Amino acid sequence: MVISSTPVVSLVGVSKFYGATKALTDVDFACFGGEIHAILGENGAGKSTLIKLIAGVIQPSEGKIEVDGQACKLASPAMAVSRGLVCMFQELSLVADLSVRENIMLGAPGTGLGWLNSAVIPRAKAILEQIDGGAIRMNRRVADLSLAERQQVEIAKALTRKPRLLILDESTSALNASVVEKVFALIRKERAQGVGVLFISHRFHEIEALADRVSIFRNGQHVETFDNGAYDYGAIISKMVGQRIDDIFPDKPPMNLQAEEILKLESYGWSNGFNNVSMVLRKGQITGLGGLDGQGQGDVLLGLFGLLKNTSGKVSIAGHSAHIKHPKRAKSPALSIALVPQDRKTEGLVLEQSIARNLELAALGVPGIDAADPSIYQPFLDALELKCDSLEQPISQLSGGNQQKVALTKWLALGPRCLLLADPTRGIDVKTKTQIYALLRRLADSGVAVLLLSTDFEELIHLCDETHIFYNAQVVSHLTGSEVTAENIIAASLNIKAAGEAHG
Amino acid sequence: MADIWRSNQREVIAVIVLLILLTLYFSTHPAGPTTYVMTIWANQCLILGLAAVAQFFAVIVRGIDLSVGAVMALTNCIASYLVIGSGLDMAGGIFVVLAVGVGCGLVNGMLVVFGRIAPIVVTLATGSLFLGLALLLRPTPGGQIDYDLADAMTLDVFGIPTALIVAVAVIVLFWLPLRRTGLGMGLYAVGSSEQAAFQSGISVATIRLAAFALGGFFAALAGLFFSFVTTTGDAGIGPNFTLNSIAAVVLGGVLLRGGVGTLTGALAGAFILKTIGALMFFSGLPPLSQPLIEGLILAAAIAIGGADVLRVKNRLEVFGR
Repeated sequence: MVISSTPVVSLVGVSKFYGATKALTDVDFACFGGEIHAILGENGAGKSTLIKLIAGVIQPSEGKIEVDGQACKLASPAMAVSRGLVCMFQELSLVADLSVRENIMLGAPGTGLGWLNSAVIPRAKAILEQIDGGAIRMNRRVADLSLAERQQVEIAKALTRKPRLLILDESTSALNASVVEKVFALIRKERAQGVGVLFISHRFHEIEALADRVSIFRNGQHVETFDNGAYDYGAIISKMVGQRIDDIFPDKPPMNLQAEEILKLESYGWSNGFNNVSMVLRKGQITGLGGLDGQGQGDVLLGLFGLLKNTSGKVSIAGHSAHIKHPKRAKSPALSIALVPQDRKTEGLVLEQSIARNLELAALGVPGIDAADPSIYQPFLDALELKCDSLEQPISQLSGGNQQKVALTKWLALGPRCLLLADPTRGIDVKTKTQIYALLRRLADSGVAVLLLSTDFEELIHLCDETHIFYNAQVVSHLTGSEVTAENIIAASLNIKAAGEAHG
Repeated sequence: MADIWRSNQREVIAVIVLLILLTLYFSTHPAGPTTYVMTIWANQCLILGLAAVAQFFAVIVRGIDLSVGAVMALTNCIASYLVIGSGLDMAGGIFVVLAVGVGCGLVNGMLVVFGRIAPIVVTLATGSLFLGLALLLRPTPGGQIDYDLADAMTLDVFGIPTALIVAVAVIVLFWLPLRRTGLGMGLYAVGSSEQAAFQSGISVATIRLAAFALGGFFAALAGLFFSFVTTTGDAGIGPNFTLNSIAAVVLGGVLLRGGVGTLTGALAGAFILKTIGALMFFSGLPPLSQPLIEGLILAAAIAIGGADVLRVKNRLEVFGR
């Protein structure tokens, strides 16, 4: 490992204010070439602000940014890229209406408004090959790609810009474990060539596997920087939240196979997505859906919420056969199903509207519920500790974690008997995750059947009572009790037989 | 191949519809497809075509330009003073006409970019302004364009209408190369997602300004070509062209939400609209029913363009269209 003598980027006494809100206060921070530097912190700790400053999206209110030891004003993303500071943003920076090829050429080094540089395309293809994205055709419109494929394209786009500092902001959040491992191999190769990497992830095992050094941020301040491995999980988490959280996951009660059946699928199928899916959701249980991305598990949730046309097979709710043709039908008291969708920004919330308006949206039109009554939301907001100035604040001003709390609450207020969740903790900080886990377990204990799609296998292991793993549009493995181990989940996801695996 | 079809199907459909209409027109025309008939047809089409191209540049960056007709009127009136005399006089006159168009576009662009005002409001206001200037220049229709130049631009070259050659030149010499530049790509990026464009290191302000300037340039070209066809200046020509240019880009498969569509499509849309008008003239239908028929065809075209929604099996995908 060759670490540069001067930092590629350093922040000296940098503060950033938004009106009266302090996003960053007097931060000194440095990232060197040839190191992978992880940044940890809760939502609202200032990580995103830090990254936007380095990427030239925003400018500091006080203090200065130095590139290679020279004070430097990064007035726009273009200027940051020209200095070799390349960022992959959490909110993807791809243009949906353009093709993959055009997106990779867009803003590539040395283009400006003149002729496009197609020399980057072979290199982007080579990178995609290395991270299992070789099947993504260059002429496809980005709008037609899955979230995971978009992230792969983002990675290729960033790496073709010859970064000297590569910033990864939750940029592997939708990728499955085997692809993430390949992305890491690529990042390590960049590091070996002297590229500095700033890495933000909420998955601890990723940080443990990848980082050389770790910096912790809390409430807009830089708390500490240390070598990876210097502290254990517990100590790191307590530095992040300022207090120690002993256990991320709540205790699991013993499984009750005699519990009442809430929802039963028999040979459930949909021509474009999945086939022959059978499973039973029982009262008080959290059932996990796992597997690589796009194996059909996400579509099952959409189908159960009435978003897919022409599904086949049989769905029974509380013993009665049900035809779920529309979300309005799904949320009606007769069925009482709720879906918290995968993309909270586009599918879960109306960003420009206030918290109060967003909360009311799901309850509107449901007989027997007064959507305008704030008391139906308050218990959940309290349990999740929503941080906001008032309920009249627009959703767009909240951090990702707090947005997800609103998205959850708006559905929980309906008192669903079956709760469908599509990766609810994607890109969310540990403290919020812990709150969501505890709430889900409490809901299950109160009799709700929870169906949880997750890309984080720790959730499948520690939170779910049983787990169905999808591969190639089918359930290939049904894991319960002690069978639910990381090895079994990964093996089943890749459709490889492992010791102790049971087919269900 | 499937990808290429998917990203260009709107333009391909527009061009196919145009070819069908055209066959119908020339086969029903009493005189048949003579050079004379083709020339008249092509001239009418190209005026609206250039106006539609002007509109296209505003729409592609998620804007709309209600001043297209007014810029045409203004440049038409200026041309009726300046595009006459010696060759040098005329060249200078044409330069002034086009420069005024670009200037009008830049005024629109600057108000949108730096004033942070919605394009529809800006161009409503500037449209009135440009029209006012045109009326000051020509309170009543009049003036003259050099007849030789006008003839050269509106007749034919070896039997091919000059207007068609101009249309093809705009596509081949201007649009296709532009599509391969950062500017051309930037237009789509800004129209599709301003945030993604900004974060990809694109200057959104520059692209917007360029889009409106290009729009002004093509509106001036439309005004100039109108002058060649009528050989006089008239401040009252605007309103029809503004609304028809919007209808034309929609017919040509350009989405009003920005980011989708091509200049070729916009041109094809304008040619379709004008060909329908010409068809009606010889069809025996009462002339006053033309707006009704055009409206029906516009509605049908939009419905056909959106018909694949019915095949979508995931209801969520309907909203992305």
